[in-house]
Order: sequence, then C-alpha cells, then structure tokens
Amino acid sequence: MTAASRLGRLRGMPRDERSNRLAAFLDRWLLKVLTAATIVYLMLPVLVMIIFSFNKPEGKFNFVWAEFSIDAWLNPLNRPGLADALATSILVAAIATVIATILGTLIALALVRYSFRGKNGTNLFIFIPMATPEIVLGASLLSIFVATATQEPFKSIIPPGIFFPLGLNTIIIAHVMFNISYVVVTVKARIQGFDRNLEEAAMDLGANEWVTFWKVTFPLIRPGIIAAALLAFSLSIDDFIITNFTSGLVNTFPVWVWGTIRNNLPPQVHVIGTAIFLIAVGAVAFGTWFQSRSGKAAPIRVR
Amino acid sequence: MRKTLRSRRAIPYLLMAPGLLWLLLFFVVPNLQMLLFSLSEGTLRTGFTTPPQVWDWQNFTGGIDQFSNNFRNSIVYGGLATILCFLIGYPLAYSIAFKGGRWKSLLLFMVIAPFFTSFLIRTISWKIILGNDGPLLALVRDVLHVVPANFSILGTPLAVVGGLTYQFLPFMVLPLYISIDKVDRRLIEAAQDLYAGPWRRGGAIVGGIAGALLLIALQLGLGYTSATGEDATITGILVGMVIGAVVGGVIGGYLVSQSFIRVTFPLSLPGVFAASILTFIPAIGDYVNAQLLGSPTTQMVGNVIQGRFLAQNDYPIAAALAFILMAGILLSIALYARLLGTDELTGGTA
Repeated sequence: MTAASRLGRLRGMPRDERSNRLAAFLDRWLLKVLTAATIVYLMLPVLVMIIFSFNKPEGKFNFVWAEFSIDAWLNPLNRPGLADALATSILVAAIATVIATILGTLIALALVRYSFRGKNGTNLFIFIPMATPEIVLGASLLSIFVATATQEPFKSIIPPGIFFPLGLNTIIIAHVMFNISYVVVTVKARIQGFDRNLEEAAMDLGANEWVTFWKVTFPLIRPGIIAAALLAFSLSIDDFIITNFTSGLVNTFPVWVWGTIRNNLPPQVHVIGTAIFLIAVGAVAFGTWFQSRSGKAAPIRVR
Repeated sequence: MRKTLRSRRAIPYLLMAPGLLWLLLFFVVPNLQMLLFSLSEGTLRTGFTTPPQVWDWQNFTGGIDQFSNNFRNSIVYGGLATILCFLIGYPLAYSIAFKGGRWKSLLLFMVIAPFFTSFLIRTISWKIILGNDGPLLALVRDVLHVVPANFSILGTPLAVVGGLTYQFLPFMVLPLYISIDKVDRRLIEAAQDLYAGPWRRGGAIVGGIAGALLLIALQLGLGYTSATGEDATITGILVGMVIGAVVGGVIGGYLVSQSFIRVTFPLSLPGVFAASILTFIPAIGDYVNAQLLGSPTTQMVGNVIQGRFLAQNDYPIAAALAFILMAGILLSIALYARLLGTDELTGGTA
C-alpha cells in the first residue's frame, strides 16, 4: 500500500482509531521521509550544476535559466585560460597524489604495524592539519613562501625560484601537505584488520622482508592505497582556498573560476564541473565493482 | 642479535620520517612564520620588521577590536550552521547506521558524492537556487506568497548560513555515522525488554521546546529581528516559535523513543562532540560562502584574512587574525582530547 493511500484512508474513521493510525503512519514513515529529503538536499546543487551546463544564458552570467543548448558541451574549453587551468589542475593533482600517497602510506604502515614511543602523539599530529581551517593552512604557507624571499635567515640559505615567486612548485607542496593526513587515515582504516599471520607464514617459508612486503603485504593493503589515492586526487583537483593562497599567477581550474566570476560565468564552468563529477563517480563505481569482484577471496577485513 | 633488535626499533621512525618531515617543513614551520609575522610591523612593500626588533601585540588586540564584527559573524554563522548540520545530520546518520540495510553503502556514497563537485561550483549552484530569479523564490514568493514581493535571500545572513550548512553537512554526518554504528544493538534490545517504548509526551515536550528555541536563535542570529532594537516584532518571534515548537514536537514525539534517549544517544555523544568540532572549525574559517552568497555586512574573519593577505599585502594583521583562529581551534581540540580522549577524532589509536 502506498503512503498516499494510507493517509487517504485515515479520513472517516473514529477519532481514536484515526490518531492511532496516524501515529503508526508517522512511526513508520517519518524517518524515511527525513532521510530521503536530506539526500535530495545533498544532491540538489549537483543536479543544478548538471542542468545549468545545458543552459544558454542571456547575459554574461550563467545564473538564470534561459534556454536549452548543448553549445557549451560542444566547446567545453572555449574560454581564454580555461584549458591551461584545467591542465594545471590535473598535473598538480597527479603529482601531489603520487607523493602524498607514498608518504602517507609509509606513515600508516608504521602506525598500524609497529608499536613505538610517541605513537599517540603522532596520531594527533597527523590529525591537526585536517582540523585546521584551510584558510590558516593557506595563509601560513603564503607566509613561509614569502619569507624565503624577504626574511633572514631563509633569504640567504634558500636559493630564489624554489618557493618564490609562487607557482607550480608551491601549489604541489601545499597539496601534498594537506593530502598526507587524509592518506594516512584512509590507509590506516583499511589495514587495521590485517592478518599478521600471513606475513609470518611467508617468512617461515623462507621469504625475506622485502619479498614478503611485495608478495604478501602490498597486495593485501592495495585496496586501501587505491582508495587513499582516489581521495587525494579528488581533494587536490577541487581545492580552492589553499591553492588561492599558494598559486601566485598560475591558475588551477577552481582558481580560474574564482577569477572569472567577477566578470562573467560561462556555462563551460558547469560543463567542466559536471565532467569531473561524472568521471569521479565513475572511478569510484569502477573501483567498488573491481574490489568486490577480486576481493571476495581476500582475507583482509575491510572496515 | 642486539644490533638487529635496535635497527628494527628504528624501522617505524624511518618509515614515518619523510612524511613527518614534509608536515614539519610545510605545516609547523609556516605556522611559526605566521606567528612571527603577526608580531611584526610593515607590509610586503615596505618590508617587515620582525621580533626581536619589535613585538607588536597591537596586531592581536587591535585586530580583534577592528574586526569584532567579522569575528561575531564567524562565530554566529559557524555556530548556527553547526547546530543545523547536527539537526539535519543526526537523523540521516542514525538512519544509515540502523536502518540502512543493503542501501548502506549507496547512502554513504551519496553523502560524500557532493565532494566530487568543486566546492566553488556547489556554492555557485546555491547562488542559482537562492537568487532573486531563482527557483526557490519563484516557489515561496510568486506561487505560495508566504514572503513579501521584495523578499530576497541572496546577500542575507540566511544565505550564508544556508551555504555553510550545506557545505559542511558531510563533515557532520560521517563521524556521527561511525559513532552511531558502533552502538551495541544488544543494549537497545535489553532496554526494550525492560519496557522502553515510544516517548511521545516527553519527546513532544523536549522537541517542542528545542524547536522554539532554535527558531528564536535563528531569527536573532540571522538578523530578521533583534533582541533589543525597535524592529523587535513580538508577533514575528511568536509565529517563529510556534512553527518551531510544532515541527520539533512532531519530530520529537514520533522519532525519539525511550531506548534512543536512554541508550543510543548517550553512547553516541562523544561522536556528536567530535562531529561538531569537525563541522564548526571549517565553518568559522570559510570565506567563499560569505563572498558569493553574502553581502559586505556578512563578511566573516576569513574574508578579512584573505583580503589582507592577497589584496592589501598587510601580513601582520592578517597573520594575527589567522593565528587567533588557529589558537581557538587548538584549544578546542586540546579540551576535547582532555575530556574524551583522541580516539573519536583521529579514528582510533591502532
């Protein structure tokens, strides 16, 4: 029976029974309705983005619906600087992801597999950059980068050109920095249920530590590493606030959008946004499908 | 033998060294440099005079003084957004954890899916939705006539708080979900065996009072009415209170059971605090929502910091403001860690 017909049948009943029915109805549906409404609320801006990528705005700003058009989809990069900005975004995200995933995975391995002094402190230290507002991360990075060009002792030690003027280097440094903590947390969560007996079995069978790592440990923690790399890549390609502080004259896609929105907002922004969204969702869907296919026999407990 | 033991002990430190070094150089050192700038004088053009030549505490006291409005906006908007995130996020997290069933993974995925769109574009979407020619006002103003014809949302605190609530909702839902999911179901069954049933009257009363208070807080915080000024309209406050009380009462009476209020909710409280911290922190530091959805009077501390750093090159004041933010955050994390431990925040100590 549908919700509507249930509610419809409430009319014309004795008052007592009616209020009981109403109570039963609310008990059953209220949480579900709230949940569905919240999910719709979360997806609404994404939906608006997709719809407005098919808009042909009347003025310079793609804020009001005018008419349906696929022009922007046919010329997605047809704006000065947009193609360069997108290429920079992808390059930065790729490099930062590789570096952050390696550094973060090493930390996660140490934190899960070894007990050592200072472990709790390290956990907290890893957490703090995630809890720091992005504006503080960006502002402090800008401070140090400028200081290498203007303040002693940095000025005489550090050769100019590495950190200042700001550019690709400084964006990548910043992105690796804020990604490391996320990689550590993600990989750590995946390898917590790791069965150490498998490694010991390999060692008993004569494998040395190096072989054991590559033949046993790495394949088992690979899903966690892939998940962390995907997260790092999506955080990096979307980052605006920190990048805005550390990019100087170089544009990434979000920085380019921020710059253009003062004068105009072409539907191409929505097209690129939609494309990134669809690719990311596709990658996650593929990753999930791939893992569920190959992961059935894996002894690792994913939690 | 002893030598290999010692070298084994060094392994975790060696594994962590490169990553921790990166965080040291590009997280700790920059913050120290920012602290140094905050005590300095001068601008990028004139050059900086730094400690120990000067110790310019004026940047801190003067900064708070000069930008007290922005600090107030940050705290009020960030606080309201956190409360709204909690009210929207808790039922969702509870629903996913307890009633998710086979939809659990998909629902969790939909909570994080907005992150696959650029933060800026999501905010632009809200600018479209809330705009004067947008779909929301077309509905409530032109079709339903519940607001006057000159009513607008963009450029008001309501738009900023709405944007913040949306952006940081997943920051609330995910930690809440983890902590609610950990609640031992057997405890709830035990409570039900001991005659814990629905909590109609109590839930309705508590929910009604909470709803009324929330509506008052929203009206005051969003500036639709002021506590003392001449524009304090009693009817407006009363109507808001009644609406809040009715909605809160229905939700409290029908959603909240005795076993929830006595077992599930207390057990999830550490998660509630952790999630609130993780939502409040980015919310008070944000400037994109205030910039795109607000007006000059709704600017938050973040707007001042980014303007001073990137447009005016006035580093000392901006660094002081950023450092005040950072200090407040470190303080709240330290307080939390002291009271409730670090597990819930850092995702376990293993």
